[in-house]
Amino acid sequence: MRLGLMVLAVALGVAVVLAIDLAGDAAAGSFHSSMETLAGDNDLEVVASGGVPERIFATLSTEPVPIRVTARMEDFANLPNSKQTLPLIGIDLIGEGSRFILEGAVKSSSSSKDTGYQTSFEQLMEPTSIWVGASLKKNPGDTLELLINDRTYMCTVRGVYPDSNGTENAIVMDIAAAQRILGRTGTLDRILIKLPRNADLGEWEKKLDAGLPEGVQIRPQGSGTTENRKMLAAFRWNLRLLSYIALVVGAFLIYNTISVSVVRRRPEIGVVRALGASRADILFAFLGEAVCLGVAGALLGLPLGRVMASGAAKLMALTVDSLYVSSRPGLIELSAGSVALALLIGIGVSVISALAPTREAMQVSPVEAMARGRREYTVQVHKERDVLIAAMLAGVAAFAARLPAVAGKPLFGYLATVLLIASASFAMPALVSFISRATSKLLGRLFGVEALLASRSLAASLRRSSVLVAALSTSVAMMVSVGIMVGSFRQTVVAWMNDELPGDLYLRPAGNPAADRHPTISVELTEKIAGLPGIAAVDRLRAYEINYGGMPVTLASVDLRVLHVYHQSDFFSGRPTGEVLAELRGQANVIVSEPFTYKHHVKAGDTLQLGLGGRKDSFRIADVYFDYASERGYILMDREVLLRYLPDPTPSTLAVFLQPGADAQAVRAAILEIAAGHQILIFSDKDLRGEAIRIFDRTFAITYALEAVAIIVAVMGIAGALIALVIDRRREFGLLRFLGASSGQLRKLILVEAGLLGLFANAAGCVLGYFLSLILVFVINKQSFGWTIRFHWPFPVLLGALTIVYVATVLAGLYPARLAVRLNPLEVVHEE
Amino acid sequence: MILRSTTNHQTASDAEEHHHPAMSILSLQNVSKDYVAGGQKIPALSDVSLTVSGGEFVALVGRSGCGKSTLLNLAGAMDFPTSGTVMIDGQVSSTLDEKAQTRLRRDKVGFVFQSFQLLHTLTVFENVELPLLLAGKPRARKAAEERLHWVELDGLGDRFPHQLSGGQMQRVAIARALVHSPKILLADEPTGNLDTTTGSMILELLRRLTQEQKTATIMATHSVEAASVCATLVRLRDGRIEEVVRR
Repeated sequence: MRLGLMVLAVALGVAVVLAIDLAGDAAAGSFHSSMETLAGDNDLEVVASGGVPERIFATLSTEPVPIRVTARMEDFANLPNSKQTLPLIGIDLIGEGSRFILEGAVKSSSSSKDTGYQTSFEQLMEPTSIWVGASLKKNPGDTLELLINDRTYMCTVRGVYPDSNGTENAIVMDIAAAQRILGRTGTLDRILIKLPRNADLGEWEKKLDAGLPEGVQIRPQGSGTTENRKMLAAFRWNLRLLSYIALVVGAFLIYNTISVSVVRRRPEIGVVRALGASRADILFAFLGEAVCLGVAGALLGLPLGRVMASGAAKLMALTVDSLYVSSRPGLIELSAGSVALALLIGIGVSVISALAPTREAMQVSPVEAMARGRREYTVQVHKERDVLIAAMLAGVAAFAARLPAVAGKPLFGYLATVLLIASASFAMPALVSFISRATSKLLGRLFGVEALLASRSLAASLRRSSVLVAALSTSVAMMVSVGIMVGSFRQTVVAWMNDELPGDLYLRPAGNPAADRHPTISVELTEKIAGLPGIAAVDRLRAYEINYGGMPVTLASVDLRVLHVYHQSDFFSGRPTGEVLAELRGQANVIVSEPFTYKHHVKAGDTLQLGLGGRKDSFRIADVYFDYASERGYILMDREVLLRYLPDPTPSTLAVFLQPGADAQAVRAAILEIAAGHQILIFSDKDLRGEAIRIFDRTFAITYALEAVAIIVAVMGIAGALIALVIDRRREFGLLRFLGASSGQLRKLILVEAGLLGLFANAAGCVLGYFLSLILVFVINKQSFGWTIRFHWPFPVLLGALTIVYVATVLAGLYPARLAVRLNPLEVVHEE
Repeated sequence: MILRSTTNHQTASDAEEHHHPAMSILSLQNVSKDYVAGGQKIPALSDVSLTVSGGEFVALVGRSGCGKSTLLNLAGAMDFPTSGTVMIDGQVSSTLDEKAQTRLRRDKVGFVFQSFQLLHTLTVFENVELPLLLAGKPRARKAAEERLHWVELDGLGDRFPHQLSGGQMQRVAIARALVHSPKILLADEPTGNLDTTTGSMILELLRRLTQEQKTATIMATHSVEAASVCATLVRLRDGRIEEVVRR
């Protein structure tokens, strides 16, 4: 039973790490991978913020060089019926003669038994003709409703292509139709270039770049995906590290198991040594046991990890969608590498955890170990020395926490976290000993003799109890620290939204939102809304997905004539909003979000070089504002200025300000009336805050899931350790029966012991968690994502979580208590 | 030889006839105890009858496996006969439910073990108090101080067992066994882990306390010297009482 729990603990640790790894691969950039697959095999791509002017395509196509040039429109379409969002890809069906679309389409059409549908060029060119992936389960001739920007279109499926079970699923249409439907006639989203075989990529890039306008960028194909992966790196890195917590807790438990095993088997080791076994034999025996534990854990962890990965991928995809880039869970592949990783983790953690107890086993002298009538060997615990080490580690942790990020990664922050956990582990024996001894009499008075016995027992078996407390308190500390960080973040976002959402109503096109999707609302509708009675002003916010410094960024414009009047924002400089916004009006000045400054190492007063609409210009950063909407970073400029570069007046979002005394419900109804035929969503500021908090909570769902696994592993460890404790102290329990203890008292003794372990772990975990939360909030978060978070104690959440952990720990004592009650006192007391 | 020359020799049935049941604290009537191991019935005690009165110090002697420990366990309501009755201070142990059995042990029986069986996490005081604490009885400390005085360990109450000698530990165990003023004191090889001198001191202590406290003390022992201290000697052989010698 106990061994089973240990194997399960390793398995869970391995499974979590594997799941996060597999899910991370699946969740990151799967939309983009489908775009890249459908883009075909090309070498270079030409992109520009706000789109590449069509003339560039013409120029490149007529270059007297042996290259193949193809154009792409790329956006997203929503399927209102299934609430799915799929990439919408426009390709030149005739010019390009796309291999798989046309071939697939003709094949599908001719094989259609229902209609005998014949694809013709006319049909191909129709604006509502589309080709879809097989996973949508549509046949040629079927219709499919698409929501694009704020309009729905009833499209006809002309063909179906294989899409690898949905991972390469997209809506494909002719490029001209896509331009029209997206309202971007005259621009292209991407131009793909196929170079001659064996061409030098760098040389061609330079050569072709020379002929392009300044604001247009040429780069290797798939750079967007690389950028996305780069942008996601911090997120995945942090999640991966969080997944190691369960493994660390598992390591504590393996260490404890092997330690107890060494203590229990000292006489056996003595006999084996006396019969001629060398120290190396003992080493191999114990390490072999650890390897077996690791292999068993890894083998169990593999399928478990695969199952967990599916859930994790969905959760991660939601976060990636909300904060970074359009995504959806892709295929989860359990490769040979994954198997090797699982085995490596399982065996590695087991062997490393077993090293110290194995060393102890090697040092057992045969005479000492076999001495008859010997009391249970008590392992020396050097409390004073350990406290000193703990203090030193805490000091180094404090120092490491003050060091800057390395290559954008908070490596010293992570180091500080590890050192702090190590420091707490070293301090644990002294802490458990001190608290147990100091409180045992009081506990005895308050909760009876069972509490006295339990607390004394914990103090007496310090090595074992302190490792258990360390394991559980590490889990609790991570739970507390992440809880504080998320709670602080949440509170900061709530406070920020109160300032940041001054509008009364907000409008955006229907469909699933994502950080990189900016569907638009038609100008005509916007103007109608602005003219409605009761509306004082409408701020037209337009957002574009652009590239800056090799990373995706959101460029947005706001109507400063409106915002100047209504908006109150927090700026780094502390200057009044009006003063800052005045610097933006009509000028080449921008304000940027805090994460942007962190990612691109810029500050107020610096200049940004932005390529917009085929031009490259300098923009001065007037100020930096606090922003928690997206981690990718915002550049905000005046609408008038942006329209000079990208003259597309359609807004992405509208903020509606009501006249004093206007009836919000009436205005809302009026908007809905004139918006008939448009698919838009209307939110009140309250709705929007609620929606933002819902997305926020969803974003952190995976961190809670990871913490839960770590807690489960720790509680399993407690159960396992209590079983061992019952076995080791069976004589004591038998004696208590001789002395008049009832079975209920024995049960209470074990449960009180479990409760005390839980109490110590919760107390230590809270203290450690507080310090870890400081590192998470002010070091790791800041260096990874660039957000300034105001510290906040989420008391109700923490109290609830700690109660659950405590109850779980006490419940973990139920089975061991049952074992203790079922012991035969006659047998166990006379054992020698 | 000494025993034979100074004592009356009786068979098991004679012993019962000459002992007044009304005075007895412990009474075993035709008690048999079988164990089952590997599907086979193994008799541990066969048709044993014995009564022990308050203030009587009884030695159970015989070879290993003759049934001494089984008899002690039955006498302490830690085990129950396959047939026959065990009456402890007027209560038939096997008719009691688990709670009543626990209560019986708490109130009427004290145990002393060969290997002392002290809890090393508790102080001397706490070890001695333990039966009273388990029973939820008040004034445990006062009783512990008194019992430690009986066993001449005044002033050592705050020490832990590992700070005591073997003899001192056994005296603590005796104080613990007597802390709740039991009617029956059961000692299983109490001198087995002690040197001769210390062992003699412990035997003398048990003898004195048995007389002073009027407990019915039954001691299982291999030692002839230990048995010589007792007023009654019960010799067991293959689960039967072979001989009862009263002095």
